Amino acid sequence: MSANRVRVVVTGLGATTPVGGDVASSWSALLAGQSGVRTLTEDWIDTVPVTFAGTAAVDPTEVLPRPESRRLDRSEQFAMVAAREAWQDAGAPEVAPERLGVVVSSGIGGINTTLSAYDTYKERGWNRLSPFTVPMLMPNGPAAWIGLDRGAQAGVHATVSACASGAEAIGYAMDMIRSGRADVVIAGGTEAAIHGLNVAAFAAARAMSTRNDDPQGASRPWDRDRDGFVLGEGAGILVLESEEHARAREARIYAYASGVGYSADSHHITQPEPEGRGIIMAMTQALTDAGLTGQDVKHVNAHATSTPAGDVIEVQAMAKAIGNHPLVTSTKSMTGHLLGGAGGIESVFTVKALQERVVPATINLDNVDDGIEVDLVHGANRALPAGDIAAVNNSFGFGGHNVTVVFKGA
Amino acid sequence: MAATEQDILEGLGKIINEITGIPAAEVTPEKSFVDDLDIDSLSMVEIAVAAQDEFGVEIPDDQLKNLKTVKDVLTFIQN
Repeated sequence: MSANRVRVVVTGLGATTPVGGDVASSWSALLAGQSGVRTLTEDWIDTVPVTFAGTAAVDPTEVLPRPESRRLDRSEQFAMVAAREAWQDAGAPEVAPERLGVVVSSGIGGINTTLSAYDTYKERGWNRLSPFTVPMLMPNGPAAWIGLDRGAQAGVHATVSACASGAEAIGYAMDMIRSGRADVVIAGGTEAAIHGLNVAAFAAARAMSTRNDDPQGASRPWDRDRDGFVLGEGAGILVLESEEHARAREARIYAYASGVGYSADSHHITQPEPEGRGIIMAMTQALTDAGLTGQDVKHVNAHATSTPAGDVIEVQAMAKAIGNHPLVTSTKSMTGHLLGGAGGIESVFTVKALQERVVPATINLDNVDDGIEVDLVHGANRALPAGDIAAVNNSFGFGGHNVTVVFKGA
Repeated sequence: MAATEQDILEGLGKIINEITGIPAAEVTPEKSFVDDLDIDSLSMVEIAVAAQDEFGVEIPDDQLKNLKTVKDVLTFIQN
């Protein structure tokens, strides 16, 4: 890392998740070990093998004005709610429009709109479609609406890499600031994919938990009896800023966004590569990018989705790239897996852990699986040490995408 | 039974409120959609789609662009 490189700081956080409608309520729910997973009552529920999901704790249509929410896909509604919270949390920074950017992603895009609009088109004809159908279903829609809301002109982007999308967005935003394209970037991920087709399709990939008699016990990363991931929905957004810009306006600085690493497995379209080579590469590059060593990292918010294949590979790779010492948790045990939203909310949680020096325990981890040597936080929350510490958020996606983001305490 | 002008005005006020957030009471016959209510062309399409469902009257695109005021819509639906 060059000594005079632009440093990026986190000055605002926003989230709407299955465990809370904002950052404060979501974070306190995680510290209390509360699950946001619920049994579904949708009319399609009898047609799929999974009958539960992590639905949003607060419906975004209760928060947004009605004329606005009817023009937004649910994924855009979540993004808008979280982005406004993050912006206010950052103190509504004054920034020239041409120095403000947005990078907000989703893994799937406006899938609810795509499917309901198809029904409208088939049953009632093209002229009954909302003129906003296209901006509701396009995957860059959440970023575009946030950009419009804030008047961002430095560039509005949506990186797409399945369940790594949110983390990749944060990495791209860091690169925008470091390269001098922007002073402030609103970045994160969103997803609203709880629909019969998505549940059916993930179930067809044999990726989902079918623990229908115990929904809140279904997301159990690293537990011997885990049987797949639990779908969640919501959004997590960060306001990233050059340190110079943040200091000049005397902003509160949560943490440094100090490094990002990317890699691709090039192994299988959905299965993780068994040796974790790609994951090791992403973590190693992120540390190099941050100018840190594994010893500096005291906490990892893991990707760990509760699938039989992925969870153990990740922590074995982590042991090689970082070491066995960090306190590792999977907040997905409580939120479920938000797909493209995961990197957003989990980066928010990683920053909160650094700020409050506490790691929320993974729930449902009753019997740690074989082959795990890292320090998994379960049973009770654990404190992080004082002093200069760093924390890592991992996100991996179908397609073999691996993204690691490193944050350093302020 | 044909809807009265008052019924249609109330229905239209409700639709416009739902789509734009403008209070229904402000939707009065003499108002211009563009100049008084600040409603853009895509919102007009949304209003036309909703009005078709509510009143069972098709409003073709070439007619829609001639409907400048609330009164124009009331007259079109009544005829």
